[in-house]
Amino acid sequence: MNVIQAIGARVIAWIEEMGAMLLFLLRSFGWLFRPPLRLFQIIKQLHFVGFKSTFVVMLTALFTGMVLALQGYYSLRKFGSEGLLGSAVALSIIRELGPVLASLMVTARAGSAMTAEIGIMRITEQIDAMETMAINSLQYLITPKIVASLISVPLLVALFDVVGIGGGYVVAVKLLGVSGGSYWSSIESAVEWKDVYGGILKSISFGLIISWVCCYKGYFTKMSAEGLGEATTEAVVLAAVLILVWDYFLTSILL
Amino acid sequence: MRPSIIIRLKGVEKTLGGQPVLRGVDLDIPKGDITTIIGPSGEGKSVLLKHIIGLMRPDRGQVLVDGVNLAQTHDRALNEIRKKFAMLFQSAALFDSMNVFENVAFPLREKRLVSESDVQRYVPEMLERVGLGKMGHKFPAELSGGMKKRTGLARALVVRPEIILFDEPTTGLDPLMAYAIHELIVSMHKTFGFTGIMVSHEIPEIFSLSDWVAMLKNGKILAMERSDEFQRLSDPLVREFISIPNAMAAS
Repeated sequence: MNVIQAIGARVIAWIEEMGAMLLFLLRSFGWLFRPPLRLFQIIKQLHFVGFKSTFVVMLTALFTGMVLALQGYYSLRKFGSEGLLGSAVALSIIRELGPVLASLMVTARAGSAMTAEIGIMRITEQIDAMETMAINSLQYLITPKIVASLISVPLLVALFDVVGIGGGYVVAVKLLGVSGGSYWSSIESAVEWKDVYGGILKSISFGLIISWVCCYKGYFTKMSAEGLGEATTEAVVLAAVLILVWDYFLTSILL
Repeated sequence: MRPSIIIRLKGVEKTLGGQPVLRGVDLDIPKGDITTIIGPSGEGKSVLLKHIIGLMRPDRGQVLVDGVNLAQTHDRALNEIRKKFAMLFQSAALFDSMNVFENVAFPLREKRLVSESDVQRYVPEMLERVGLGKMGHKFPAELSGGMKKRTGLARALVVRPEIILFDEPTTGLDPLMAYAIHELIVSMHKTFGFTGIMVSHEIPEIFSLSDWVAMLKNGKILAMERSDEFQRLSDPLVREFISIPNAMAAS
């Protein structure tokens, strides 16, 4: 009986947390449409989540494109189809690797910082202080982060795509001797608008997952340094897992 | 004659983490006076303060501020009521991403209470009053405990609130700094005439600066009297709690 009770308690706690997370998201969104519009906060978050992530996203993109070209070249050469290398690199990046890897990098860089920042504000009573001043902490702290992530992540993914394909070009054309013309023309003939559109859709939903999970975990952190450490780890792991799981389901719908 | 009541708690009960903390608190806060709540550590004095400003909601009972029950108000109405309040937190709870000036200006700017030119006038004036005239550019990490409390006090006072809650305003400060903060609270009370509700362990100092003293024990208000009368109470629990620090101070 105790085992069943324990399982039941875990399931109830899990469902309660899901509900709390959903309410947290809906309330944070609701505050977007009530005055005042926190434009300055949104711009500050765009700078933090978006601009400050460009370097790490570009670096990841460059090497992802390069290794894809390298791997693809040796696989395709067996069939004498080196000419298709451009399309192989571009499709992998635009459809899958761009949205997923860029989002994972944003989770690691900006998502963890979101959890830590909000969690410290919770522990040191700064969030309570804000509430006592009749300032809604969701509207001031959370809503701008969600909006900024929804805008930044698709732009970062677009950047990832361009740099990744560029990195593939350098390896394929400059190092391995594939013809530049065939690299670009295979991309042009293989990549459709649907692929780009799917990538953008994915990146928007990943942006939501990152800001939602990471802000929630920080906002409801346990009131200790250890608790905040746990919250940050949980946030990064949960956001990363959700991105990969959601990526599978979204891909199966989009294809 | 008893003064008019601004806040009334009726049968407030709260359980946290399975432990009953408040077990039916009845408390009347007189308007315009300083009321200090004393009691052993872990009795839920800070929890009681958080109920008064709506940061926590009671499991049972009522918290009435000017007749409005905070236990049943939704977010927007609660924010309206909170405009009457300010709170000085135990840790001062300064925004560590902002300097002293920005911290004090924050409630004015965010609530658009006054124009930016008035912010530039009011904030230095308030910092001057709490003795931080030249500290506006410093960040919380660069301040001592006493300076943080002063900044917190300036941030609370700058919006001219009707009611200020003080959560252990002198904890962690040396005796001289604690004395200075107490003096500051008294002089600001004389100047601005707010209703003050304070949680403190500083016996006997609180008797001279409070108009009323209430003692929280076993989750209930054991006694509430005017400060001078409270010291003459014969209840053994009250005597035990106030006599030891009194004797230590005398020796």
